[in-house]
Amino acid sequence: MSTTLAPPQYRVTWRRVVRSEWAKLWSLRSTWITLGVAMVFLVAVGLIAAVQYKSQVGSGNPMDDDFTGATAVSLALFGVNFAQLALGVLGVLVTAGEYSTGMIRSTLAAVPRRVPVLWAKSLIFGLVALVIGTIGVFAAFLFASGIVSGTDAAISLSDPGVLRSLLGAGLYLGLVGVLGAALGSLLRSVAGGISVLVGVLMMVSLLLALLPSSWQDNVGKYLPSTAGESIYALTHDAGSLSPTAGLLVFVGWIALALAGAAYRLVRRDV
Amino acid sequence: MIEAQQLTKRYGEKTAVDQLGFVVKPGTVTGFLGPNGAGKSTTMRMIVGLDSPTSGSVTVNGRRYAQHRAPLQEVGALLEAKSIHPGRSAYQHLNALALTHGIPRRRVDEVIDLAGLGSVAKKRAGAFSLGMGQRLGIAAALLGDPQTVMLDEPVNGLDPEGVLWIRNLLTGLAMEGRTVFVSSHLMSEMALVADHLIIVGRGRLLADTTVQDLIREAGGNAVKVTAQDPARLREVLAGPGIEITGTTGSEELQVTGLSAREIGLTAIEHQIALFELSPSTVSLEEAFMDLTRDAVEYHGTTGETLGRAA
Repeated sequence: MSTTLAPPQYRVTWRRVVRSEWAKLWSLRSTWITLGVAMVFLVAVGLIAAVQYKSQVGSGNPMDDDFTGATAVSLALFGVNFAQLALGVLGVLVTAGEYSTGMIRSTLAAVPRRVPVLWAKSLIFGLVALVIGTIGVFAAFLFASGIVSGTDAAISLSDPGVLRSLLGAGLYLGLVGVLGAALGSLLRSVAGGISVLVGVLMMVSLLLALLPSSWQDNVGKYLPSTAGESIYALTHDAGSLSPTAGLLVFVGWIALALAGAAYRLVRRDV
Repeated sequence: MIEAQQLTKRYGEKTAVDQLGFVVKPGTVTGFLGPNGAGKSTTMRMIVGLDSPTSGSVTVNGRRYAQHRAPLQEVGALLEAKSIHPGRSAYQHLNALALTHGIPRRRVDEVIDLAGLGSVAKKRAGAFSLGMGQRLGIAAALLGDPQTVMLDEPVNGLDPEGVLWIRNLLTGLAMEGRTVFVSSHLMSEMALVADHLIIVGRGRLLADTTVQDLIREAGGNAVKVTAQDPARLREVLAGPGIEITGTTGSEELQVTGLSAREIGLTAIEHQIALFELSPSTVSLEEAFMDLTRDAVEYHGTTGETLGRAA
């Protein structure tokens, strides 16, 4: 008003919100630790599975059920179940962590239109989880392949479905990261977000076992966990969705969570 | 410039802010006063869009806060509750906010120096003392070089040096022509910095006034007189704009509208013996207490049925 110098022209833009969220993600120690844990899970668990398989093949004893029909791909993907927890939890922290600390007030005062923050967080963390997941999965496959070469499980990257399966696993992990971020934002609580995430990814399919078998066949394949698994499974049977269908269903679930999160973000006070 | 019209916020049955209307003008420090729970923080959260009003509206420089292209350049706010992630350093926190607006790093360094955080800027904000946290909040408020600065209880947790720093900062910002809106529940603190006062109690506007007017309206310059014949003194002093109170049977009177000198001269003229003649200036603190106590009583009686229903 009465300032003589022309004030600088600042402006909030979508790209700037993304840059801000990028800086926020990497300025927290928990990001580095959890991403490291996810990577270790992927590589180490895949490695252990491969070593275990190799030793059972060599011993001549009957194999564990887990290992019948195993391939280097399925062994390498043993770690996905663990890594998805680390990445999903970090996704929850990215959004819900702002509520538990009070940071959300600073964030939304800077970006009062609010939804760009949710999109930026989901996009950035989804991509980071995708990259970490993909690198981890391919590393696990390389190690596992080296260990099981010469056994029945040996499989090459050029074999049908192998590349698709590994890329699918990376994509799945990226989407789990987005799911975590959406749930964290929707529930505004770290504990609540993690609980629902674990429930969705691990518990719902266990509960399904209590339902009549006709239900299990019809409903089961559309659940987030089973649909997600179809994205990266090497083989598909009549009871499971194709990779593309699985991807569409899983993305649908995430879109639902994101829509709920966006609605609540815009409508509710902080 | 902040303008609130019929601003109302209800949480279920409880009304935190009740049809509040006021204007905060540039170039002065406006104090926002009220006892704890009067709705000050809720009002400030509504100004920056963190809470949405149940009804009514509040605008900053003519627009709702969220409609501005560069909100941090319009209003810099320090809110009551801590609004940082304890895992980030002061620098990282401010830089993340700056990035959303394209505010250069140079400005981040500037506000760090301005807030006296230079030596701790790289430390985790979670380890900050209350006062340091407060300084970081103020640095964030000044980041966008805003036209309007709004601080909720800024002196909380500050040492005397910090309190002095805040006072100079506020008056300096107002002198630059900015709108400065500061809340406090301490009248004594406000009296030192604020020119204008907006006083609220139980979510309602009690007074929109200046420091001088408040003292005058609260019967500021009363004179206590003890006389041999209070009834006659009352008669001879009576006049327009003069208020005299006293209880029957007592020799003591409270006179407002006349100076001690005038009362003394009138008394000697009518040969009334005086035993005591002392001006009693009501402090700002007392005026504030009077005002808010009235509000509480007012709500306690007329709002009873409402209160019970809740």
